[in-house]
Amino acid sequence: MSIETISLSGRKKVVSNKEMTFLEKMYLLAIIKGMIITIKHLFTRKVTIKYPEQVREMSPVYRGQHQLKRDEQGRENCTACGLCALSCPAEAITMKAEERKADEKHLYREEKYASIYEINMLRCIFCGLCEEACPKDAIYLTTSKTLVESSYDREDFIYGKDRLVMPLDIAMKNTQLKNAN
Amino acid sequence: MDSSIIIEKSVIILVVFAITMLMAMYSTLAERKVAAWLQDRIGPNRAGKGGILQPLADGLKLFSKEEFEPDTPNRFLFFAGPALAMTTALMTSAVIPWGDKFHLFGRDIILQATDIDVALLYLIGVMSIGVYGIMIGGWASNNKFSLIGAVRAASQMISYEVAMGLSLIALLMMTGTLSLREISMQQAGMNWNVFYQPLSFFIFLICAFAETNRTPFDLAECETELVGGYHTEYSSMKMGFYLFAEYANMFISSTILAVLFFGGYNYPGMSWAVENWGVNLANVIGIIALFIKICGFIFLYMWVRWTIPRFRYDQLMHLGWRILIPLSILNIIITGIVMLRAEIAIYLGF
Repeated sequence: MSIETISLSGRKKVVSNKEMTFLEKMYLLAIIKGMIITIKHLFTRKVTIKYPEQVREMSPVYRGQHQLKRDEQGRENCTACGLCALSCPAEAITMKAEERKADEKHLYREEKYASIYEINMLRCIFCGLCEEACPKDAIYLTTSKTLVESSYDREDFIYGKDRLVMPLDIAMKNTQLKNAN
Repeated sequence: MDSSIIIEKSVIILVVFAITMLMAMYSTLAERKVAAWLQDRIGPNRAGKGGILQPLADGLKLFSKEEFEPDTPNRFLFFAGPALAMTTALMTSAVIPWGDKFHLFGRDIILQATDIDVALLYLIGVMSIGVYGIMIGGWASNNKFSLIGAVRAASQMISYEVAMGLSLIALLMMTGTLSLREISMQQAGMNWNVFYQPLSFFIFLICAFAETNRTPFDLAECETELVGGYHTEYSSMKMGFYLFAEYANMFISSTILAVLFFGGYNYPGMSWAVENWGVNLANVIGIIALFIKICGFIFLYMWVRWTIPRFRYDQLMHLGWRILIPLSILNIIITGIVMLRAEIAIYLGF
């Protein structure tokens, strides 16, 4: 088989540059054909999603913004091992570890915790590798549809613990729900 | 002349002006809506219910834009361009018969600003002045893109005006009058000129597309080559005037098409309506019929715009000079032969 006759897609068309007939030269037939095609679209269903009122359905594997989890007693899971930062292909995560004091047992689950935990949302690609790497089930990518807020300042995109850690009352509510079940 | 005729004409002029503006305004919305629908979108729908206030929002935005002026030696012409475009767009509506005679307050009221007997000639004259707005604007912008746009617009208008005039001559041979009012009256019932002069209508339609600078003949503002064409340097409401004039032109040329070829205010069963419902009611229906025809043509303009791509410039000239003009001359000859068939038969001895 010669290379000219191969058609992998099965839709191969040979381009011809033949002289147009009189009817084709008038273009009228082609114009009317085109106009019939466009008028058909007048009556088709519109694909527009009216955004603020209507939200596009997300894929089941959609990954939204990160959250640092708390356990049943409302203590932070993160132990600042740094595996998430290591696994991050975009190098978006930085953290600083600190040793847990005796009177902080109700705040942190492990003996070591992250005193600073920052994700640069401009760098993050939402791949979810941090979630996979985490041995303590601390970081998760939520299904939240809220997007990272726009800003004029690069500093505003570096999310610290104040925005990443799951709020305490939600953690407690989750525990209550779990106990009820 | 009594004072009541002045009042009558003033009211008609005011109403015609207002309607032209309103139609032009809502044509901009209709254009965006039609474009959206043909592309499976829904179009502007945020300003007011279903986007009904969108033209106001557009106007407000244009008014609040920066008034930019290029470093041009022709400052006066720069300002005169959009004004001229707008003026000529509005002038044509003076001779259009919007309806038959109304009988109110014991007198006949003609729904026409002026019923001159050379109305058709006046129309063609004013429409050919229309290019001056574009040309002056493009020239005074002191910008090569604007100038090329203006030159294109001028040569295109001149080329298509010939075919347009010739196509109308065939119509004139049939009607025997230049008065739009009489042409309208001759088409009473279903005697629409389009059935007698389809070729003339067709040529006139194509030329009307070219005269209003609409796609596929919008080479004067060809974005891919000329940025914005003749209005590249214009901003704020001066630009708004150009855009507005285009839509006013579109409305007027739709009206002319409806009046010349589609019976104007006539509708089937009009004489019956006059007998049974009275003159005034029959006329109101006539005006509605005329506006339905006009809206149909405006839709056609938009439908074509969002269907076919722009012509290349040589194709445009080829179509104008080598196809449309011979065709319209042929049309004149055919019309003449058909009109004089009895005499010709006698001459040939049948």
